[in-house]
Amino acid sequence: MDVKDIIKEENLVFKKTKLLTDNILSYCPGCGHGVAHRITMEVIEEMGIVADTIGIAPVGCSVFAYEFMNVDMQQVPHGRAPANATGIKRCWPDKFVFTYQGDGDLAAIGTSETIHACNRGENITIIFINNGIYGMTGGQMAPTTLVGMKTSTTPYGRDVKLMGNPIKMTELVAHLPGTYYVTRQAVHTPLSVRRAKKAIQKAFEIQKEKKGLSFVEIVSNCNSGWKMTPVEANKWMEENMFPFYPLGDIKVDGKMVNK
Amino acid sequence: MGETRLMKGNEAIAEAAIRAGCDAYFGYPITPQSEIIEYLAAQEPHKRTGMVLLQAESELAAINMVYGAAGTGKKAMTSSSSPGISLMQEGISYMAGSELPCLIVNIVRGGPGLGTIQPSQADYSQATKGGGHGDYKLIVLAPASVQEMSDFVPLAFDLAFKYRNPAMILSDGVIGQMMEKVELFDQVPRATEFDQSWATTGKTPDRERNIHTSLDLDPARFERHNRHLQEKYRKIIENEVRFEKIECDNADYVIVAYGSSARICQKTIKLAREKGIKVGLLRPITLFPFPAKEIEKLTDHVKGFMAVELSAGQMVEDVRLAVGKTRKVEFYGRMGGMIPTPIEILNVLEEKFSGG
Repeated sequence: MDVKDIIKEENLVFKKTKLLTDNILSYCPGCGHGVAHRITMEVIEEMGIVADTIGIAPVGCSVFAYEFMNVDMQQVPHGRAPANATGIKRCWPDKFVFTYQGDGDLAAIGTSETIHACNRGENITIIFINNGIYGMTGGQMAPTTLVGMKTSTTPYGRDVKLMGNPIKMTELVAHLPGTYYVTRQAVHTPLSVRRAKKAIQKAFEIQKEKKGLSFVEIVSNCNSGWKMTPVEANKWMEENMFPFYPLGDIKVDGKMVNK
Repeated sequence: MGETRLMKGNEAIAEAAIRAGCDAYFGYPITPQSEIIEYLAAQEPHKRTGMVLLQAESELAAINMVYGAAGTGKKAMTSSSSPGISLMQEGISYMAGSELPCLIVNIVRGGPGLGTIQPSQADYSQATKGGGHGDYKLIVLAPASVQEMSDFVPLAFDLAFKYRNPAMILSDGVIGQMMEKVELFDQVPRATEFDQSWATTGKTPDRERNIHTSLDLDPARFERHNRHLQEKYRKIIENEVRFEKIECDNADYVIVAYGSSARICQKTIKLAREKGIKVGLLRPITLFPFPAKEIEKLTDHVKGFMAVELSAGQMVEDVRLAVGKTRKVEFYGRMGGMIPTPIEILNVLEEKFSGG
C-alpha cells in the first residue's frame, strides 16, 4: 500500500484549523500555550465568527499570539488587555472580543484592569493562562507562584513572609457581579482539552448573548521555567498546582457553583 | 454663522468632540480638566450622536481603551492633566509605534509631581519630544482661546487620521477654565462607513488579518519601521506647521509664546508699541511641528527674541535652535501656577534688551 492511498479525505482524523497560521510556534516544546491557542481558534472557526472577532495579545510568552492566531489582533501594553478589549467592545457591541493573558499580565501588573473590566461586566472573554511563573523573562516569581515554589527570584522557594501568598484571581473575579461565567480548566490530557474547549465555546456563546464577562482560567505548565521535562511538569502540575487551583466551574449563569 | 455660546475652554472641547463626530471618549477625572468628562456625561452623547462615553478606572486604562477603539478605526479620545498624562505615556508610545490615530487633551498644571492644580506650560518637552519611551513624535496643537479649544478638536482628529499618529491638544488651566465667546461648528455626523482596510474589526475573507503591534524582534526590520516613522514625522514638519504672526514684519524684538502665554503677550506688544518699542509676537500653533523656519526668517530684521512660558524654559530651546547664534534669545518664565502680567513681561524685555 502506498502512502498516497492512506492520505484521503475519508481517512482524515485531525485537521489543523485555518485560524492557526503556519508560523513556527515560539513556545517551548511541551508548553500548554499551543493547545490553548488551537482550541480557542477552533471555537472561533466552528462558530463561524472570525469576521467579527478581535483578539488582544498581552505581554509575556503569548505576546506573539498574533503570529499564530489567524484573526485580527491588537498587541497591547503589559496588563492592559481588558481595557483595550473594553475600548473595542464599547464601540462594537456586536463583535466578539477576547483577551489572552498570562498570570503576570493579568494577576500582577494588570490586576486593576482585570477587576474593573470584570466588575463592569464587559461583554468580553478573558482567557487566562496560569503557569505560576514568568516564562518570557526567564522564570521569575509570578503572583500565582505556589508557596515554597522555586523560581529565579525565589531561588530558595516562595516565602510567604517575604513575598506574600499566591493570588487566586479566578475565585476573586467570580465574586464580582459583572462576571457571568467563571471556570478553571487545563489542557494537559485529551479529556482536559475537550473540557477546556467546551468552556471556551461557552464563553463565546455568552458573549453572543451579551450576558456579561466570561473568564476562563487554564492552569498550565512551564516545563522550561519549572526546569522539568514536559512529562514531569504535567505530573508536578497535577500534584501541586491543581490542589491549590482546583479545576471546574466556579460561576455559571451568573451564580456561584456550590461545592 | 454657527451657534455662539459663552463657554469654558474645557466645555468647548467636550462640545466640539461631540460635534466633530468623535466615536468614543474614555477618561479619568483630574483637575483642572474634569469639566470635559462632566460636560460629556451631562450631554448624554450616546443619545446625541451614539458616541461612547466611559469613565475608566485609571489613566492607564483610559489610554488603552482609546488604543482599543482607535485600532478599530474609530475616532477615539481622552483628556487629562499633567500627572495623568504621565501615566498615559506607555500607551501613547505603543499607539505611536503601532501607528494609531487618536486625540489626547492635556490641560497642563504645575509640576513636578502632584504639583498644583494651577496653570502651567511645563509639559512642553514631554509633549513635543516624544514623552514616553522610544523615538516618536505627537502632533501637538496649542490653542490660545476657547474658540481654538473648539476648532482644534476636528483639526487634531483630521491630522491624526491623515498621518495615523496620536495628536495632542496641549492647553493649560487658564484656557481650560476661562469663559469666552465661542462660535461652534455644525454637527458632523459620526462616520458609520470608513476605511477599515487597516483596522482590527474582524478578518474578512477578502483580506489578510490585521495586526496592531509595536513589537518586532528582528533588528533590521524594526529599524526599517523606525525609519518609516521618522519619514512620517519629516512629512508632518514639511506640511503641517501652523503659527500666528502679530506685528512681526517691522519688529526689532519678537516674543515667542504659545497658548495662554501668547494671550498675555498680545497685550505686552501693545504696551511696548505705545512706548515706541517695536515688539512683535510669534505664536506657534503647532508645537510639533515647531515653526522653526518662520522664526529663522525673522532673524533678517529682528535684533532679539524672547520666549515667554509658564515653565523654567522648555520651548526656548527650540527657539534657540531656530535662531542660531546670530541673534540674542532671552527667556522669561513663571512657574508653580504663577502667571505673569503683560507689564511684568514688558519690564523684563526692556531690561534684557536695554543694551540694544
